[in-house]
Amino acid sequence: MHVKMESVQPVAAEEFEYSYKAEITNVYPLTGMEKLYQIQLVDQKERERFVFRPGQFVMLELPGIGEAPFSITSSPLRHGDLELCIRAVGNMTRFIDRVERGTRVGVSGPFGTHFPVEKMEGEDVLLIARGLGIASLRSPILAILETRSRYGQVDIIYGARRPSELLFGYEYAMWRQFDVGLDIIVDQAEEGWQGPVGRITEILKERIASGDPDCFREQTSAIVCGPPVMFRFVCDLLTQAGVPVEKIFVSLERRMHCGRGKCCRCNIGSTYTCLDGPVFDYWSVLNLKEAI
Amino acid sequence: MLFKVFPAAELTRLYELLAVGRIVGPVKKGDDQHGRPLYDFGVVHDFMELHLDYTQTIHSAKNWFLPYREDLCTFSFQGGGGDDDRNVDWHKEVDYGVYAPLVIFGLHPCDINALNKLDKVLLGGRYPNPFYGEKRANMFIVGHSCSPQPFCFCKSMGTDSAIRGFDLFLTRMDEHYFAEILSPRAFHLLEQIDCHDPDSSEHRQYMDMIEEKESLFVAHVDTSDLTKILDLEFQAPVWQEWGEKCLSCGTCAQVCPTCYCYGVEEWVDMDFSRAYKEKQLYSCNLLDFASVAGGHNFRPESHTRLKYRYYHKHRGFVEAFEESLCVGCGRCGQSCLARITVPEVIASVRASK
Repeated sequence: MHVKMESVQPVAAEEFEYSYKAEITNVYPLTGMEKLYQIQLVDQKERERFVFRPGQFVMLELPGIGEAPFSITSSPLRHGDLELCIRAVGNMTRFIDRVERGTRVGVSGPFGTHFPVEKMEGEDVLLIARGLGIASLRSPILAILETRSRYGQVDIIYGARRPSELLFGYEYAMWRQFDVGLDIIVDQAEEGWQGPVGRITEILKERIASGDPDCFREQTSAIVCGPPVMFRFVCDLLTQAGVPVEKIFVSLERRMHCGRGKCCRCNIGSTYTCLDGPVFDYWSVLNLKEAI
Repeated sequence: MLFKVFPAAELTRLYELLAVGRIVGPVKKGDDQHGRPLYDFGVVHDFMELHLDYTQTIHSAKNWFLPYREDLCTFSFQGGGGDDDRNVDWHKEVDYGVYAPLVIFGLHPCDINALNKLDKVLLGGRYPNPFYGEKRANMFIVGHSCSPQPFCFCKSMGTDSAIRGFDLFLTRMDEHYFAEILSPRAFHLLEQIDCHDPDSSEHRQYMDMIEEKESLFVAHVDTSDLTKILDLEFQAPVWQEWGEKCLSCGTCAQVCPTCYCYGVEEWVDMDFSRAYKEKQLYSCNLLDFASVAGGHNFRPESHTRLKYRYYHKHRGFVEAFEESLCVGCGRCGQSCLARITVPEVIASVRASK
């Protein structure tokens, strides 16, 4: 009696552990904590075929060090010439903080759901981020700016603890040129800071109180990225102001070890943040216990 | 499904036909403090070691298809040298580690159903897991009937009988075995031993045995509307009471036949020539299960992690796959140092006020 060997389809296998070989082509320090990394897939064909949508993430692997998920910060038009904004806080990111141009890394993905900017065409869009949330928000911002005429009013509200922690400051003037409302608010002023001091929710409350009819409507879609504590406050304010729950989109952060719905670490209820997220609409979030 | 009956004495012959490959089955590991035998799945070297009359194994057979530790890939480094690490290149190799077929002899229905559930999540979706898939494809499973133990609640979970996920299923009836055949491999195997089609009295005998088994269950879990009740009682104080008892040791996940979550760590050889990406089975009860870089922990308290475990098994998985991830084998309760059992936890949540 021979129990016959059968082999699984190699295609599935390729997809599971396959990672593109990529090279860190540039590193720009943004603040004391964060750097912007340009990471280019080495193979030109792979680079061109790498298609992602704003809000999706990649698993970045440093052989021998580790693998972790990062939101893609760059515009989808750049394909496999990616930009990742990374804060040095964990074991792996502290190592990345020390790598130089030319380092070969592994990139797999893109994974997960995206901010449906294509469905927001013809509507007003409100983009809100706090802290490192701007890393996930920059991709939809750039995607919208590149096709600016397809959208109605576009507003960005960005908050940080201190002015020195604001990210992508060199791009704000460029964003504003595209007829975009950009409000920046910090918790604590530093020397030379002229802007407002306070919370994002205060800006939102002011807008709601001012009764600006163009600001919050059923035709408004909102994208919210930030630390877990922020979501409920911001999303509830938006809901009260009349933005439908199914048109508010958040990007959730969770621990991940595979990005492919198999390690179960990012599981929330019946969903995997890596497959069914990281972008969820607020309706789904309200239905998931412990999502925010 | 095809059925055959063969004399109990023929089982040795069946074993020998399969013994050309590696056989894993219930073997005796020792005795507990009351002198009762302790069983576990292990490599069987001789038919006499195979204890098909086993009550329940301490661990499930999980680590034969989901090893506790497994290399996902290895990297070999080239180039570089000295302080210049910029030109170091690497090559990634993937090996599923399956070189020979495996026969699992004597799985109870709960453990077979556990495999069926794991298949859904690990082989389904956009990224089927080939490490698991390759092992599953090279497996021959012989199921065996069981007698319900006081802690078994598989009947409540609908997993007290297996209708798929095995090659051959054997039920002991006095001096005969009643065999259920699901695969051509099993069909050809039985062609080589002395067996016959069951007659009507043997049908009757088989059905009587099922009826008798059903009457032996002691533990029960009321699963009616459980998904809704778990949502309603998400903030119930009873979770905190269980959380205070739970030691967050992760033993339940280690013995569970359906717990599949894992973590990944990477290692570098001392001479920097190679690196390994290793997967290790984990447990959602462990403190850092949901902690992320920067120090935030999405489930910092013991009760939030215990509650999550029940939510995933009895609610989340049900919503995704229309069946519970728990098979009612009762191993988690048997091995829990804090004596937390599924029937008690579910009953307490249902009774919450």
